[in-house]
Amino acid sequence: MGERIIVAGASLGGLRAAEQLRSAGWDGEITVVGEEAHPPYNRPPLSKEVLAAPGTPEEALASLTFRPKRNATGIQWRLGTRITGSNLAAGTLTLEDGEELGFNGLVVATGLRPRRVQAPGPLAGRFILRTLDDALALHAALVPGARVSVIGSGFIGCETAATAASLGCEVTLVEGRTGPMERPLGSALSRGVRALLTGRGIDCRRGVSVIRYRGTESCTGLELSDGTLLHADVVVEAVGSMANTEWLEGNDLDLGDGVECDRHLRVLTAAGQPVPGVVAVGDIARYPDVRNALPARRVEHWATPSDTAKIAAPALVAAINGLPPAEAAAPLPTFWTDIFGTRINGIGSPAHARETRVLEGNPAHPQAGVAMGYYRDNTLIGVVNAGLPASRNLHYRQLVLDAGVLVTT
Amino acid sequence: MAQITVDRKLCDNHGQCAIASPKVFSMNDEGILKYEETFDDALLDEVEEAIDVCPVQAIFVKD
Ligand SMILES: Cc1cc2nc3c(=O)[nH]c(=O)nc-3n(C[C@H](O)[C@H](O)[C@H](O)COP(=O)(O)OP(=O)(O)OC[C@H]3O[C@@H](n4cnc5c(N)ncnc54)[C@H](O)[C@@H]3O)c2cc1C
Ligand code: SF4
Repeated sequence: MGERIIVAGASLGGLRAAEQLRSAGWDGEITVVGEEAHPPYNRPPLSKEVLAAPGTPEEALASLTFRPKRNATGIQWRLGTRITGSNLAAGTLTLEDGEELGFNGLVVATGLRPRRVQAPGPLAGRFILRTLDDALALHAALVPGARVSVIGSGFIGCETAATAASLGCEVTLVEGRTGPMERPLGSALSRGVRALLTGRGIDCRRGVSVIRYRGTESCTGLELSDGTLLHADVVVEAVGSMANTEWLEGNDLDLGDGVECDRHLRVLTAAGQPVPGVVAVGDIARYPDVRNALPARRVEHWATPSDTAKIAAPALVAAINGLPPAEAAAPLPTFWTDIFGTRINGIGSPAHARETRVLEGNPAHPQAGVAMGYYRDNTLIGVVNAGLPASRNLHYRQLVLDAGVLVTT
Repeated sequence: MAQITVDRKLCDNHGQCAIASPKVFSMNDEGILKYEETFDDALLDEVEEAIDVCPVQAIFVKD
C-alpha cells in the first residue's frame, strides 16, 4: 500500500481536513469516506433559507455545495459509504459491506446526529433536522396552517420555529428546562429572544417537557409534563445531538462526549496518550480551551471544522513523518443565528461566564441592537450582539481578543 | 494581480471575510461589505482564507 490518509466523514470537517492536508504538504493518497450520498454541503441554511424555500432537491443541493479549493487536488471521495468499525493500532477501517481500508493516518470527522426525544408513542410524523434530506422532508410538511410543535429551544429549535411561523404555520415551541438559547446567551438575552418569537405569534411553553406522544399510526399530538395536551400535525425534535463515535469503539478511547483530543487535535487514549497518526476535527472533537483554561469541550459551530482542520492536518502530517507537532493556535469560537431577520452573533465562550453585563442597547429588544459582555473573574471571555451592523461585531471580536487570557500549559 | 468578485445577491454581510483579509475586505458603518476587486498576489492566501470563512460562499476568484 502507498501512503494513505483516510478522512472519515464527508461534511465541512472532512472537506476542510482534506484541503488542509494538501496545504500541509501531504502528497500521498487522501480518501474521504462519507455516509451521505451528497458531496460536502453547508448546513446553516437548512434551518433558515432552505427550510423556507428549497426549490427542487437539485437546486437546494446546488445552492449548498461547497466549492473545492484549487490546490485540493487528487482527493478520492467515497460517498454513500458508511464506516462500521476501526482498528486504530492496526491502521484499518471496516466499511458497511465488509471491505477493509488501510491507512497511515486518520482524520475523525463524523460529526453529530440529532438526539431523539425519549417518550413513548408513534415514531411517524416526528422530524429532525441535520441533513439536506431532513430539511426537504420537513419543508414539505410545513404547509400554511399546519400545527407545528418544536421540541427544544436551542439554535436549531428556535430557527426552525421562526422559519415555520414565517411559512404560515401555527407554531408551539416547547422550551424544555432552559429558555430560548439560554445556555449560550444567558437569561437576559434569552428573554429577549423569547419576546422576538412570541411577538411573531409563536406559543412558547416554558419549563415543560414531552412525556408522551399521542396518535396511533402517526403522531397527532403530545402530552407535556404539566398535563397539557397539544395537537400537532408536525413535530420537530431539536433536543441536542450525539457524536457519531460508534465506529471507534474498542480502541480504548474516551468516547464519553465526542472524541477526546489534545490541543493539537490528536486523538487521545483513555489514559491520555496520543494515538499515533489519528486526529479529529469539527463538531466531534472535544479539545481543551486554551484561551480560558476551561476543561476540554466540543464546539458545535460552523467555524469549528475550519479552525480545527488547520491545526489537526499539520499535526497529522508531522506525526506520520515522525516529527513533533508545531505550536497550535488557540481558536476563538464564533457562532451566529438568525431569528426573523435579527442576526445574533456570538464570540468567545459566553456559556462559561459567571457574570453578564449590558455593553449597549437593551437585551429585552434584541432587534433594536444590543451587545452583552460575558465575564469570568472580571475578564471578558465572550460577547453576544444582536441586531447590530457587522462592523460592531468586528469591534466586539477585537475586545474579546484583547481581553484574552491565553493559558499555554 | 489577482481578481475576485463578491456575489451581492448571496452576500449576507457577515463580515467574516474582513477578519480573514482586512486589506481586501472591510465593513462600513452601516455594516455593508466593501472590497477590492483587484489585489496583489501576495494576498492570495489571505483571500483564500476569506473565501473559506464566508458562511454563504459568496466570494469568487476570477480567472
Ligand atoms: C440545521 C443546522 C443549522 C446550523 N446553523 C448554524 C449557524 O447558524 N451557525 C453556526 O455557527 N453553526 C450552525 N450549524 C452547525 C454547523 O453546521 C456544524 O458545526 C458543522 O456542520 C459541523 O461539521 P462537521 O463536519 O464537524 O460535522 P457534520 O456536519 O455532522 O458532518 C459529519 C458527516 O459525517 C458523516 N458520518 C457520520 N458517521 C459516519 C460513518 N460511520 N461513516 C461515514 N460517514 C459518517 C455524516 O453523514 C456527516 O455527513 C448548524 C447545523 C445544523 C444541522
Ligand atoms: S463573509 Fe461573505 S457574506 Fe460576509 S461580508 Fe464577506 S462576502 Fe459577504
